[in-house]
Amino acid sequence: MNPNIVEIDHLSFGYKGRLLHKGINMVFPRGKVVAIMGGSGSGKTTLLRLIGGQIKPSAGEVRVDGEVVHQQDRDGIYRLRRKMGMLFQHGALFTDLSVFDNVAFPMRELTDLPESMIRDLVLMKLNAVGLRGAYNFTPTELSGGMARRVALARAVALDPNIIMYDEPFAGLDPISMGVICDLIRSLNDALGATSIIVSHDVKETFLIADYVYFVANGEVAAEGTPHDLIQSSLPFVHQFVHGEKDGPVPFHYPAANYQSELLNQAPVK
Amino acid sequence: MSDNPIKIMIKSKLLSSITQTLRGIGKRMTERIWRLGTGTRLFFLTIFYSGESFKRFHLTLREIYFTGVMSLLIIVVSAFFVGMVLALQGYNTLQKYGSSEAIGVLVALSLVRELGPVVTALLFAGRAGTAITAEIGLMKTTEQLSAMEMMAVNPIARVVAPRFWAGVISMPILATLFSMVGILGGYIVAVPLIGVDDGAFWSQMQANVDFRADIINGVIKSLVFGVACTMIALFEGFDAPPTAEGVSRATTRTVVISSLAVLALDFVLTSFMLVI
Repeated sequence: MNPNIVEIDHLSFGYKGRLLHKGINMVFPRGKVVAIMGGSGSGKTTLLRLIGGQIKPSAGEVRVDGEVVHQQDRDGIYRLRRKMGMLFQHGALFTDLSVFDNVAFPMRELTDLPESMIRDLVLMKLNAVGLRGAYNFTPTELSGGMARRVALARAVALDPNIIMYDEPFAGLDPISMGVICDLIRSLNDALGATSIIVSHDVKETFLIADYVYFVANGEVAAEGTPHDLIQSSLPFVHQFVHGEKDGPVPFHYPAANYQSELLNQAPVK
Repeated sequence: MSDNPIKIMIKSKLLSSITQTLRGIGKRMTERIWRLGTGTRLFFLTIFYSGESFKRFHLTLREIYFTGVMSLLIIVVSAFFVGMVLALQGYNTLQKYGSSEAIGVLVALSLVRELGPVVTALLFAGRAGTAITAEIGLMKTTEQLSAMEMMAVNPIARVVAPRFWAGVISMPILATLFSMVGILGGYIVAVPLIGVDDGAFWSQMQANVDFRADIINGVIKSLVFGVACTMIALFEGFDAPPTAEGVSRATTRTVVISSLAVLALDFVLTSFMLVI
């Protein structure tokens, strides 16, 4: 059996004439928590969409469980997606369904399980994320952190082999962040799954990731274990990990000369 | 001899503005053709993935409640007033020719053939069509459709098709109710208020309204309007840019395009029905 459940091989992707990824190579070993980090707009979420087959690469390929994603027809992609669970940045819960029905949704849609079994499974999943007591809430009654936990329960509803997290820590309070952090690691280990985390929250990601890829300028700028990356002397990694405001990623967006622009009385267009 | 430089400059500016205008027209035309193609593709995909909507009919039934039942109040109230106004206007004209007893026929034929299907479709586009567009647009904006896709659940089969069939089923029922309530409104004005003979009102209506030529044709019209209005609403929601502004524009487009489509289709259908 291939030790890597997901392999990204010389992947290039671009749109509107802009190349977002330039020949990226990554591997995601089974059972590990692997993080993809990088600045905003560096194409991290796009990588998840490429793995999920929502978009096709311009060149190169993504293989999931040995199968090339973009070569699959619709049924093939759906078959691969049944091995995946995804947590979206804001949860993406179905607002017309209750918490219970949201978690039950993939079970009802994709399996023929009897309703009594679905009930037990949903309660187990909700219990795992600590929200069994909120089963009859609607998504609008949940806080951001709770919504993320329900979405996590839904993502793991069918015990997927791969769980993808898109910015799981964004906009959460420290307590919720800690809870999500802990859940990602514990669910990954309990299910024997592979987790792919896209994030720019260094502290939380380094706490749970086994391996980290840094993406910048469409390429893998650095990779290694969190320990290696903290020690890294690479300027980009150093700036990112330590949150320095200036460095290879400049503070100022490219602009005309400051002095001459101030002296020029013409209105800024 | 060569032209002077000012003339050359004017010529080149003129040429450039003509080119730009043509390019703009071409771009807009291409976009519209592209949207028409995408919309048609969505329509056929909806038909193709409709099996699930019938196998799990509760999904369609739920949407019938939201699109049909929730539109009932506006349809019934509007129909009542339309019927009353028809009776008032009709009586005013008919009495000049001494045929005020034909008021029942006038009200019934106007409603069953034209006003029932057309006004119902226009109200449906404003009430249910906008709700469908806004709901699907927001589902797209909040990544609910993407989440469904990532769960290997086809959003066309799960979200679009049940709403489509709900609209198609609801529209003829609503149009029929519109005509019935409209006739009742016309009756209340014509008989108890104006004093037209009760028997003449109903018997003339019974004698002159043909089941196939009038009622069935009205139902066919409302079915076609149901397909058009629901599909436009669904497509606009599905195609809306995932922003607040995008959803708002899509909702407006639903009302405008649906209304125009209903009026244009009404003319086409009426022409065919009168010939056949």
